[in-house]
Amino acid sequence: MKSCVQATYLMSKQLDTQLTLLEKMSLRMHLFMCGNCNLCNDQLTTMHDLCSQRITDIHLKGRDKE
Amino acid sequence: MASISDYTQQLAELRPKLVTFTMLQIPDRNYAEDLVQDSIIAAIESIEKYEGKAAFETWVYSILKYKLIDYIRHKKREQERFVSDENDVDIDSFFNKKAHWNADDTPQQWHNPEELHLRTHFWEVFDFCLLHLPSNTARVFALRELMEMETEEICDSLGISEQNCWTILHRARLKLRSCLERGWFLKTGESV
Repeated sequence: MKSCVQATYLMSKQLDTQLTLLEKMSLRMHLFMCGNCNLCNDQLTTMHDLCSQRITDIHLKGRDKE
Repeated sequence: MASISDYTQQLAELRPKLVTFTMLQIPDRNYAEDLVQDSIIAAIESIEKYEGKAAFETWVYSILKYKLIDYIRHKKREQERFVSDENDVDIDSFFNKKAHWNADDTPQQWHNPEELHLRTHFWEVFDFCLLHLPSNTARVFALRELMEMETEEICDSLGISEQNCWTILHRARLKLRSCLERGWFLKTGESV
């Protein structure tokens, strides 16, 4: 897979569902060669993890005020 | 054990947050406030069911979440098909003709918000970025990432294909990434 557009689609999709073997392999190949996409992949994962922390943060902030 | 009046106090304090959260889904402020009001009443009415296992806030959010999902399902029944935001400025602008990153849009190194006070500010920028996405794109993203619904459930409630859902999420994530980078990550980097 040569296209960064396609690679970003797959890195987004893997946050929502299991990729097929072929998708996994072509994403891995692309990430191996492309530094920009590697960084993007880390960042999308960071965003995903931060979002799942949102409600806990609201809770922690409430407790901070007490 | 906290008393009813402690809980009522907590609910009052939580209210503005609940409204902001709801408005990510329902842009109409009056409607969002009504829905939050309903959730608060439901929470007070069923306070004896709250067993103190989850944090109180988390429990209230879960009530609101069900109210929101109900609302979205109901809305789907009564009205229009979900329309993708077509005239959405496309993510294509991030890439050149060969579908590689444009020099101006290449991802930069991020300093992640490890501490709570940093994350509090981060969430303000995040909400700004989210509210600037086309509304249906923002809605799908919020359902997936903030309400933690599976894409299958989202498709089912909005009447769209899973393929369509992944495409919308792809666009949403790339745009948010870019907005967060410009609005938060690079600025924090400068001040560190």
